[in-house]
Amino acid sequence: MIQLEHVTKTFKTKDGDVQAVKDVSIHVKEGMIYGIIGFSGAGKSTLVRCMNLLERPDEGKVIFDGQDLTQASPVELRKSRKKIGMIFQHFNLLPALTIYENIALSLRMEKTPKDEIDAKVMNLLELIDLVERKDSYPSQLSGGQKQRVSIARALVNDPKVLLCDEATSALDPQTTQTILKLIKRINKERGITVVMITHEMFVVKEICDRVAIMDAGRVVEEGDIVDIFSHPQEKMTKEFISTASNANKIDELIEQQHPITQLKENEQLVRLQYDQTNTSHPMISEISRKFNVDCSIIYGNIEILQESPIGTLICVLKGSDDDIRNSIACFKQDGIRVEVIKRGHID
Amino acid sequence: MDTLTNWIPNVIEYSNLFPQAIVDTLIMLFVTGVISLLIGLPLAIIVVVTKPEGICPNKTIFFILDKFINLFRAIPFVILIPMLSDPTRWIFHTTIGIKMAFVPLIVGTVPFVARQMESAMEEIPEGIVEASISMGMSPWQIVRHVYLKQNIPGMIRGMTIVLIAVIGQIAIVGTVGAGGLGDLAIRFGWQRRMNDITYVVLFLLLVIISIIQMVGDWLVKKTTH
Ligand SMILES: Nc1ncnc2c1ncn2[C@@H]1O[C@H](COP(=O)(O)OP(=O)(O)OP(=O)(O)O)[C@@H](O)[C@H]1O
Ligand SMILES: [Mg+2]
Repeated sequence: MIQLEHVTKTFKTKDGDVQAVKDVSIHVKEGMIYGIIGFSGAGKSTLVRCMNLLERPDEGKVIFDGQDLTQASPVELRKSRKKIGMIFQHFNLLPALTIYENIALSLRMEKTPKDEIDAKVMNLLELIDLVERKDSYPSQLSGGQKQRVSIARALVNDPKVLLCDEATSALDPQTTQTILKLIKRINKERGITVVMITHEMFVVKEICDRVAIMDAGRVVEEGDIVDIFSHPQEKMTKEFISTASNANKIDELIEQQHPITQLKENEQLVRLQYDQTNTSHPMISEISRKFNVDCSIIYGNIEILQESPIGTLICVLKGSDDDIRNSIACFKQDGIRVEVIKRGHID
Repeated sequence: MDTLTNWIPNVIEYSNLFPQAIVDTLIMLFVTGVISLLIGLPLAIIVVVTKPEGICPNKTIFFILDKFINLFRAIPFVILIPMLSDPTRWIFHTTIGIKMAFVPLIVGTVPFVARQMESAMEEIPEGIVEASISMGMSPWQIVRHVYLKQNIPGMIRGMTIVLIAVIGQIAIVGTVGAGGLGDLAIRFGWQRRMNDITYVVLFLLLVIISIIQMVGDWLVKKTTH
């Protein structure tokens, strides 16, 4: 649906050139929710703004629906932009127009018949659940309500893609959930492809099918969300994943020498990760029976990514070295990933 | 009545001059305001869109217009009057009376209006313009629906400031024969030492300014959502 090929964007500033996006190639396929995550200044906004040419790339192609937008005439470009909706962190609604007028504006400019506009706007107002506020002005709405209006406004031209630049960053956690649900619903029900820019991994975890991790203008890792979460390759990716769960908290606890991480001589602290393919038989009771290893669980978590579970257990295994080694081998045989975090040492 | 004749004897004596002076002042104010807005607003739009970070950047047009506006803003109004006496004669075939006032008043006010309108449009957050671009709006549509419509309170505030300043300039053109309240204050109040006329003129000007300010504030309130 949207394909970036070797896109590069450099800003010239007084303090020299800033390479905001460096040779990025990604392919956002039709119907998916594609996340782009990175720390502040990584170039996410610049990248997404290249997708509708709010920012014109210095190099590379931006292919939308088979057409290279960098080569399109101004008229063609405007036509394409109507098919690429965009929502922003700060909503950017027109302050002098009512909610209804904000949503209707784009259609009005195309001289769409009044009753057609009305039908469409009312339908969108119902979708965002703000029918009774249609004559309010943006300044009279809460942040979450404003974002819903801006989503409705972005949908009024029946776009194929919805670009969201930090759409939930200005909102509280609960409102964020409502907006994420709404975006997911739009994606499912209307088949609109979504590009989500965010710096929060839980947003990605919540709704994305695929994700690209950006650092200093480059995409350092990209893949299906389940793969990324279960087999992250890059350090940056791991950092983001750890922000979205407590499973890495254990490293902190170890560093602080927290009592639960104090091990006895014959104990080992391990992290087990499994997905639905290896939840079929009762591993823990099996190893304790077979190898005489005791297992006490310190932390357990299950993430549901695209309906498939990824489980994490952090536990202390207690037994002889050999028995523990055998148990670990047994886990691994079942496709469970095992990482020994810490061994009890002999004082 | 007796007390009034004691207090403001000259005002009573020349009271027949006041209505015409007030009307002349209001006509000059109105014509200058309307024409300056009609010329200044388009100039402001051109400046805003041709800025380097505008929606149709054009270095040449921006540079020339920007400098031109600055230049005319810098010329003191009293110098503008003799400076423009030739074009004034050429347009109106006269350099006295209310007509002679229009050319310097408008030339002096247009750049002021342009700057005020420009800063009102600049107050519209950049993100709103970007959202409009992302909706596929053309530059002309953005001018019409965003720049001209999304900060009307700011524009009214700007025009209020302009009109109040114009009152001052009308008083100045009065001194060189354009009529109006300023003319009364100079010819009678100053030259013939009729202080009471000066004070009544001052009072009338304050009333006009207060009305402009009140109407402006009311309109700002009406248009702020
Ligand atoms: N218009 C601009 N002019 C100059 N430099 C810019 C401009 N826009 C972005 N940059 C620079 O490009 C880099 C990437 O910025 P960008 O806004 O894309 O980051 P981001 O990942 O969206 O960050 P954030 O999470 O803070 O929004 C930054 O170093 C920024 O300073
Ligand atoms: Mg950003």
